[in-house]
Amino acid sequence: MTAAASASRPAAGGSREVILRRIRAATGRGPGPVAGPADSAVDAEYAAIPRDYLRAHHDPADHDVIALFAERAADYRAVVQRVPADGLPGAIARALSSGMYVVPDGLPPEWLGRVAADCPGVVLAGDDPPLPARALDAVAGAITGCTVAIAETGTIVLDHGPGQGRRALTLVPDFHLVIVRHDQIAADLADGMSRLDPARPHTLISGPSATSDIELVRVEGVHGPRTLHILIAGPPS
Amino acid sequence: MSMPTYLGLPAFPEAAATALGNAQLRRNLAHATTTIRVKRAAAVAELADWQQLRAAGKAIKDHTLAHLDTYLARLEERVTDAGGHVHWARDAAEANGIVAALVHAAGADSVVKVKSMTTQETGLNEALAAEHITALETDLAELIVQLGHDQPSHILVPAIHRNRTEIRDIFLAEMADVPSGLTDAPAELAAAARTHLRRAFLSAKVGVSGANFAIADTGTLVVVESEGNGRMCLTLPETLISVVGIEKVLPSWRDLEVFLALLPRSSTAERMNPYTSTWTGVRPGDGPRDFHLVLLDNGRTDALADTIGRQALRCIRCSACLNVCPVYERVGGHAYGSPYPGPIGAIITPQLRGVTSPLDASLPYASTLCGACYEVCPVAINIPEALVHLRAEVVDAQRSSPHAERIVMGLAAWVLRSGRRLGLVQRAASASRVLLGRSGRIRRLPPPLNAWTKTRDAPAPPPESFRAWWARTHGGAQ
Amino acid sequence: MRIALFITCLTDTLFPDTGKAITSLLERLGHEVAFPAGQACCGQMHFNSGYRRETVPMVRGFARAFGGFDAIVTPSASCAAMVREYHPAVAAQAGDAGLAREVGEIAPRVHEVSGLLVNVLGVVDVGAYFPYRVAYHPSCHSLRMLRVGDAPLRLLRAVRGLDLVDLPGAEECCGFGGTFAIKNAGTSAAMCADKVAAVRGSGAQVLCSCDNSCLMHIGGTLTRQRADVTVRHLAEILASAS
Repeated sequence: MTAAASASRPAAGGSREVILRRIRAATGRGPGPVAGPADSAVDAEYAAIPRDYLRAHHDPADHDVIALFAERAADYRAVVQRVPADGLPGAIARALSSGMYVVPDGLPPEWLGRVAADCPGVVLAGDDPPLPARALDAVAGAITGCTVAIAETGTIVLDHGPGQGRRALTLVPDFHLVIVRHDQIAADLADGMSRLDPARPHTLISGPSATSDIELVRVEGVHGPRTLHILIAGPPS
Repeated sequence: MSMPTYLGLPAFPEAAATALGNAQLRRNLAHATTTIRVKRAAAVAELADWQQLRAAGKAIKDHTLAHLDTYLARLEERVTDAGGHVHWARDAAEANGIVAALVHAAGADSVVKVKSMTTQETGLNEALAAEHITALETDLAELIVQLGHDQPSHILVPAIHRNRTEIRDIFLAEMADVPSGLTDAPAELAAAARTHLRRAFLSAKVGVSGANFAIADTGTLVVVESEGNGRMCLTLPETLISVVGIEKVLPSWRDLEVFLALLPRSSTAERMNPYTSTWTGVRPGDGPRDFHLVLLDNGRTDALADTIGRQALRCIRCSACLNVCPVYERVGGHAYGSPYPGPIGAIITPQLRGVTSPLDASLPYASTLCGACYEVCPVAINIPEALVHLRAEVVDAQRSSPHAERIVMGLAAWVLRSGRRLGLVQRAASASRVLLGRSGRIRRLPPPLNAWTKTRDAPAPPPESFRAWWARTHGGAQ
Repeated sequence: MRIALFITCLTDTLFPDTGKAITSLLERLGHEVAFPAGQACCGQMHFNSGYRRETVPMVRGFARAFGGFDAIVTPSASCAAMVREYHPAVAAQAGDAGLAREVGEIAPRVHEVSGLLVNVLGVVDVGAYFPYRVAYHPSCHSLRMLRVGDAPLRLLRAVRGLDLVDLPGAEECCGFGGTFAIKNAGTSAAMCADKVAAVRGSGAQVLCSCDNSCLMHIGGTLTRQRADVTVRHLAEILASAS
């Protein structure tokens, strides 16, 4: 057992039991066994909670969802471009200035097909074995895909699966180029969230980093990539 | 139950008087809160189903609180299954002790912190310092507060009481590697913070955070932020410790479709905040190797036991109530003597700390009950109702001791429950007009009513009360 | 219609002209006004200050005085809100089921003046004449608890000769808040100072509201500043005729 794990050994009848009993008493139930994780009565009550909100605010039949996503993402001062699917490799090459860019395993290699020819000053590096933090800090940027985008809020979601890289990859470098396929765009928040697997880690990105801490005035560029460049690929032209 | 760094602070009226005299503070607050108020209204107006989302948020939270023990047990099981460790802390001291032990066990003498009001509540930084562990705040506002040897004054923007010039001066005086020609342009101030903190992020061994939500079904934690320091602290260090109030639990992942709609629009008035991170346990090759969740009570079960007061536990820390409160706008957060200021603070703090100290007894009265807070609360906490309820708790707690106010109120109640007695008092008041002059205005009243006449005239009693007039002109009542 | 007048302890004692105005207005509109002499106070001050126990006899007294009436009008939005929103809760919490039932029946029949005129009597033009520039301050209780909406403004717009001017920040609290005005006098005064500045900047000659407590607070500051603005309860403006 690691030192950290031994520090976490729960004490029987300790704080855990005290807190769970306090909750039981506070919520008007008489003495009884301390609650366990499973309770079908609780689950039934949860399922019966009325949800009168709209699951969708934008019907794809009435809205150009791709255009909505582009507009909402641009609102946050991300750089947003729509390109036809066959124009993607060229657009990626044009988005890069000279320097080293990290590319995660699983990014479709054909997307990078024009880099060698069009970008003589660009070096592409993988992340296997993982680059140490200081090395990540020195690269020019990261190029990734994503798992879902949400038009309503202009949000990109990474679940750090293939083609997206571990979380540090899109955090430490100052530039993040993310490719969104048109069929990855969900119209609204509820739809987008329902496509995600909670067991995976997620980073929801809505624009470059910002702060409102100074006089409640929004200022871009604190930690995290100060430039977020989004390429929306397709449908085919 | 305890907030060690807030002991001995003055009661609200006294603290407010100090704040009211600070013209710079009042200008900062008025400017900031007016701006965000307008933006929030626009962000909310965009959603046609805002009231339905609000109702769902309230219902989900109320259900969760009613079965909090089941959901906490479930959360613990899922976090543990995913390779995390769960600890339970009855109070601030226990939470601080757990964190310190974990930091020692990780072989570290410093931690990087994401903004966490829960750790402000427990006084974690001070407790760690006593254990020779340095806690570096990485949230820009918390950094400003830390460098300025100050206290946070707002839930969302803890340095709202500072304007840009004051922030520049703090950085110039206290930040080790600050550029000498630093101006007060917010972009430059943010850049200075970025450089200053980057080194710490890239070398930190232990990160300490809170969490906005903890999903019971999946063991997932959620941190909602803007700057990216959260992502830094959550993913770069080898060890992550998250201190989370037990009321932060949500039943399932699906509930995020409600709360991620309610929170950003209510807090920073955006459709979505820049970064939201979710994680479950540990993940080999990506992020911390060790994850510890510290569940904190510290008086929350006391609040839960109060059937009217417990609605305060729905709070998702958006701060919309602070930004519309006319009292907060004029006195700022420090006057509330708590990490939780403003309207929500006035109902949460006395429930967590009790109503016996003069400060805590004064907090439920720090309001005109105007209701602006209730209108904007995304989880429909009826703050005025809770305030009045807590005022009754304060009065009831004082019933066993002599109290001048209670005697006066008792006398007033005796008069005011009888039309006949009220009529008698009115006749006496009308007769006393002769002594007060006929201008219809009283310029000076005896204490404690002199507080009124300091800035306002008081009306003189008329020659005849309404009921006396009616009796005279309608030949007796009814 | 026979309408009982709940005058409220404050208006009864310090602002009888408001009560006279309601009486003459409703009589002018062809209704009969009754004044149950047993009435006293709705208990708002005690309830809001935390004196729950002391409020119960006042709730009982209100029910006794007004139990027999189909419509009850009051010049105070805050007192109307107290009766409608909190009398049932006070009775229930006191464990008095009979009182809770009584109060539950009476509460929906209590109306603040503008609500009675527009929603119950269905009248917006009451034949008033008031040739002055008027700004309207919506009290927090009328705005957020009773939700009278635009009833007062519709009534004011129908008054002949009246020039209704905009009041910036109208929906912001004036800072009275009952005992708040004494316990937190500094903050109360700061809030009122901003409200008075808005009133004085609006160009209004008269400030109108549905609550004499707000008017007492704002009006007292206006006279202390020797400002050229007077305050009038909505009922007094509506009762004015040429």
